[in-house]
Amino acid sequence: MPHCLARLPLAAAILAGTSAFALAQDRVVNVYNWSDYIEESVLAEFTAETGIRVVYDVYDNNEIVETKLLAGGSGYDLAVPSDANVMRLIQAGALQPLDKSLIPNLANMWPAITDRLAAYDPGNEYAVNYMWGTTGIGYNVAMVAERLGDAPEDSWALVLDPAIASKFADCGIQVLDQPDEMIHAALAYLGIDPGSTDPDDIRRAGDAWKAVRPYIQKFHSSEYINALANGDICLAVGFSGDILQARDRAAEAGAGVEVAYAIPQEGAQMWFDSFVIPRDAPHVAEAHAFIDFMMRPEVAAANSNYVYYANGNLASQSLLNDDVISDTAIYPDLATVERLFTALPYDPRTQRVVTGVWTEVKSGG
Amino acid sequence: MSVVAANPPAPAARSARPGGWGRRLVIAIPYLWLLLLFLAPFLIVLKLSFSTAAIAIPPYTPVFDLGAGWDAFLAKIQEFTTENYAWLAQNSLYWRSYLSSLQIALISTVLTLLIGYPMAYGMARAPAGWRPILVMMVILPFWTSFLIRVYAWIGILRREGLLNQFLLWLGWIDAPLAIQNTNTAVYIGIVYSYLPFMVLPLYAALERMDKTLLEAAADLGSTPLKAFWRITFPLSIPGVVAGCMLVFIPVVGEFVIPDLLGGSETLMIGKTLWSEFFTNRDWPLASAVAILLLLILVVPIVLFQNQQRKAEEAGR
Repeated sequence: MPHCLARLPLAAAILAGTSAFALAQDRVVNVYNWSDYIEESVLAEFTAETGIRVVYDVYDNNEIVETKLLAGGSGYDLAVPSDANVMRLIQAGALQPLDKSLIPNLANMWPAITDRLAAYDPGNEYAVNYMWGTTGIGYNVAMVAERLGDAPEDSWALVLDPAIASKFADCGIQVLDQPDEMIHAALAYLGIDPGSTDPDDIRRAGDAWKAVRPYIQKFHSSEYINALANGDICLAVGFSGDILQARDRAAEAGAGVEVAYAIPQEGAQMWFDSFVIPRDAPHVAEAHAFIDFMMRPEVAAANSNYVYYANGNLASQSLLNDDVISDTAIYPDLATVERLFTALPYDPRTQRVVTGVWTEVKSGG
Repeated sequence: MSVVAANPPAPAARSARPGGWGRRLVIAIPYLWLLLLFLAPFLIVLKLSFSTAAIAIPPYTPVFDLGAGWDAFLAKIQEFTTENYAWLAQNSLYWRSYLSSLQIALISTVLTLLIGYPMAYGMARAPAGWRPILVMMVILPFWTSFLIRVYAWIGILRREGLLNQFLLWLGWIDAPLAIQNTNTAVYIGIVYSYLPFMVLPLYAALERMDKTLLEAAADLGSTPLKAFWRITFPLSIPGVVAGCMLVFIPVVGEFVIPDLLGGSETLMIGKTLWSEFFTNRDWPLASAVAILLLLILVVPIVLFQNQQRKAEEAGR
């Protein structure tokens, strides 16, 4: 889940570059995607080839896209929400089933990903995976080595064991403000099934977070990218892609900050950002054409090579740059994949418990 | 919030000679404005606060269908629930958020007044030719987006930020101060952002003050300090009240500043409301939080204004 610093120049360039087409004909697709989440040239290629103008808009969190689609009348033809959001949007009747005959490139998809996505979208009727990743720990290599010594970085103990977390209080820990994911992570740390809906288990997970709360500087779902890249904090629980982005920004800045990403050995949650078409989308045929184009192996590879995320397109893998396909932070090895888990969204009653527990954690109540 | 403007026109206007349609139209426009932009949204939020969250479009029930007739309407009314308010009362989080917001707003208002008053005073006493330039300088920050300006404070206050680097360079501190993501940063952000709203009404009050009063006070043997407290300050009170209202009311519900500059210790109702609405997708509960916030703010303001009016009338 990429974040922040929307590429405004990108959007402006697309609008300017395609306005000539708008005069000639009127095929449009309104795409609503995460910021910083696409190889820009792909959009121009799509327009050149199909004559469909792309109006590209960006968001930086799932809550915004889910709220807009649930309110109805968003005007978007395509959005890229994450797994649990996709499932809730399907339940709410906010999406329309895909016409798979219009997306022949679905044959390129990676069954390992498609099958896991089916937990949220039974029968893969509504969603086509774009990118996927994990929720783990990003850290400042030098600051952590200085305080941790030789202990392993790839453990939730880094943030959830008070004895260890307290060592990082002075340099700063930030944690995602995502109740569900964070409860799952604490359950994995405690050796309990991350998908447990037992209120006692959820409270135990909450207690684990409360024990380390004094050492946590902030609960926020996007600020850690800049903070890690700038060397302002030493640890962040965050989304793999965001942390890799922080890693690259830190390297580009050349200020001596080195950021790394670890998938905790106790298990980490997988997330899937997937293309969906809102029920009231005005340009359904164009939306299908866009998905089909994005699922071409060379297009999927171009996007992954640019954004440094793993995609759900198996046929694209031979076209990926070496620093993408062989980076285990992006494409984890098989042993690591075994430890990854998915978790379904909570039912409304459990959700209130989770929300309540998480609010207590955050507010120190 | 347009609460301050919600007062009906002064009684004098009502008791004046009966006017024509033009006069009524002039009076009707502000009322229409309030009806459309304040009362209608308020009623929608009020209705939402008695609803129940659901996984649907829109994400709550009941949803009214205006075409379904009166009976259907009455049936839907039965579905209303006060559960959201009960939930608010049971959970200390909300009260702590309200109280903490009021506290932060109160402290920020006092700080803004302490900083803004000397500024406004200096501006009002500056040579007449300078004043437009000084006013311009107060307004100038508005030319940049509010969001960008708050973002800029992250760059200044963060661990490796400009302020810490400057203080280290001066040798005043040995290790960087942790300011970003604390309540201190929130106060700095609020005072910075809202200062113009304090300075401008104060300047307006001070600038139009009759300065011969001060000369008279001096002639009668008053020290400048005594003259300030007995003449200047009392005459500037309307500006103080207006400035404090303009700062206090929006700060209570502030979201952007605590979100960007605050840390895990910062508890404000604006953030609580955001997470209920977006993270938890609980529109009805978020609406109940908003309604309660409105009541907490409106009741004291209305009481205050009534008292002000009585005092003014008594003074005449």
